[in-house]
Amino acid sequence: MLRLVVDLNRCQGYAQCAFLAPDVFAMHGDEGLLYDPQAQDAQRERVAQAVAACPVQAILVDELDMAAAGSGAPAATGEASDG
Amino acid sequence: MADTALDHLKANGRIVVVGASLAGLRGAETLREKGFKGSLTMIGDEPYEPYDRPPLSKQALLGMGTAEGTALPRRRDIDAEWRLGVAASGLDMAARRVKLADGDEVPYDRLLIATGVRARPWPNQAEGELDGVFVLRTRDDGVALARRLDAGPRRVLVIGAGFTGSEIASACRERGVEVTVAERADAPLVGALGGVIGAVAAELHRENGVDLRTGIMVTALEGDSTGRVRAAHFSDGTSLECDVVVVSLGAQRNTDWLAGSGLGAGPRGIACDAGCRAFDIRGIVTDDIFVAGDVARSPHPLFGYQFLSLEHWGNAVSQAETAAHNMLSESTDRRPHIWVPAFWSSQFGVSIKSVGVPSMGTEIMITQGSRAERRFTGVYGYQGRVIGAVTFDNSRWLQFYQQQIEATAPFPPPFPTVDRRPEGQKPLPADFPDPSVPTHGPTVTLSGYSPADRRLTFTPAGH
Repeated sequence: MLRLVVDLNRCQGYAQCAFLAPDVFAMHGDEGLLYDPQAQDAQRERVAQAVAACPVQAILVDELDMAAAGSGAPAATGEASDG
Repeated sequence: MADTALDHLKANGRIVVVGASLAGLRGAETLREKGFKGSLTMIGDEPYEPYDRPPLSKQALLGMGTAEGTALPRRRDIDAEWRLGVAASGLDMAARRVKLADGDEVPYDRLLIATGVRARPWPNQAEGELDGVFVLRTRDDGVALARRLDAGPRRVLVIGAGFTGSEIASACRERGVEVTVAERADAPLVGALGGVIGAVAAELHRENGVDLRTGIMVTALEGDSTGRVRAAHFSDGTSLECDVVVVSLGAQRNTDWLAGSGLGAGPRGIACDAGCRAFDIRGIVTDDIFVAGDVARSPHPLFGYQFLSLEHWGNAVSQAETAAHNMLSESTDRRPHIWVPAFWSSQFGVSIKSVGVPSMGTEIMITQGSRAERRFTGVYGYQGRVIGAVTFDNSRWLQFYQQQIEATAPFPPPFPTVDRRPEGQKPLPADFPDPSVPTHGPTVTLSGYSPADRRLTFTPAGH
């Protein structure tokens, strides 16, 4: 799983994320955005593209999840190491 | 000497964070980012790691994700000891210890309080415990409500048309569930946005098939012989059959655990200075206890230095970051928390956003777009200056009006704007209800200037 959160104060509905990762982000009305806060691992690359493409940089993805991606280690190692 | 003490704190100190939600987590991350290497303890009354609450009334009810799946992404590893599922039950300021509900005590050198708010329960406890009666604040609330909506109720009653109540009603309609909304005021959202905007919100409800009843109170909930809710009774003498009731009457601040501690905490929150340091009940600022998020109330220079209580996601993040910075700083290096209030809601397919403090406004001017089209910008004026703004599907204008608020720009705006319509030529009375009458989910509350609480017991010295 890949955790993410969108700062909807920043979001202005440019919809780049909904084009790049449509299984995670979806427009809801003209400006509203709905997203799944826990994306499937298979969506990792698409979510990374959405993060990079967001014109207002409103998408925050778990640093630990992303770090784990390269090594193939299980995601969400945060809790484990936090005890 | 002072540097030495601060260095010692950073290297070996003990910091305790009470409240393991958005503000607590972001505060903890900021502490580590600022070089805190000592022990960090996170105390949370819920058994879950920090999760995000806004999705609980939106996508989690619409099947885009689940209420169990909103754990917050981490900015970094915080290397903390987690005490989850156990509430803080007391504070000994002199001994610098937090008491826990399981009898344990946790000592601290610096304390960050971010205990937030809880849903205001239905005032009749027996009725509130009927099967089918819900509130929506926590992950468990969200799971329970989503499950019941999945089961296809015949009719949902939402009590209170603030933002959360309106979002729940919107989700019900989107799922094809019949829903009635009962609101004591004359329209939804009036406490936060006033009657002019409330009228637009009321139209949104009705156009989307909500049975909206305003100017009415629910006087009783009635259960059947098996303890399931089956009807609600209203102040106009009518009643309604319903099998799900969502009580959405705003929030209460989680300060009960501080009763008797000597901290300036009460039903309106914990008073702190602009640097997030908590006041004690004598009005003296503490130097080791900091506050952030929904439970805090702090003075804001843009709004007459009144204490502001903000139930805003962005405020929780910003205030926690400032508190964490100040916890590890000398007094001259501290920063004020002067975040301009901002929030969003999504309902009936419309994105509603606001900046500033609309509820201070006495007038509103529709500077862009049209209410009839559900796409507009409304600017609030107070004593000849811009004090707040709201947009319906028009969020790209908000940043401009935030700058106007920060610059205390004149109201009504003296400049022409694109997309100005005939209805936007003159200010209208903003039509807020009497501020002494509480409304549901105002999201911003001005709470005077007193760092002590109304429940302060004054004992003259030497007696």
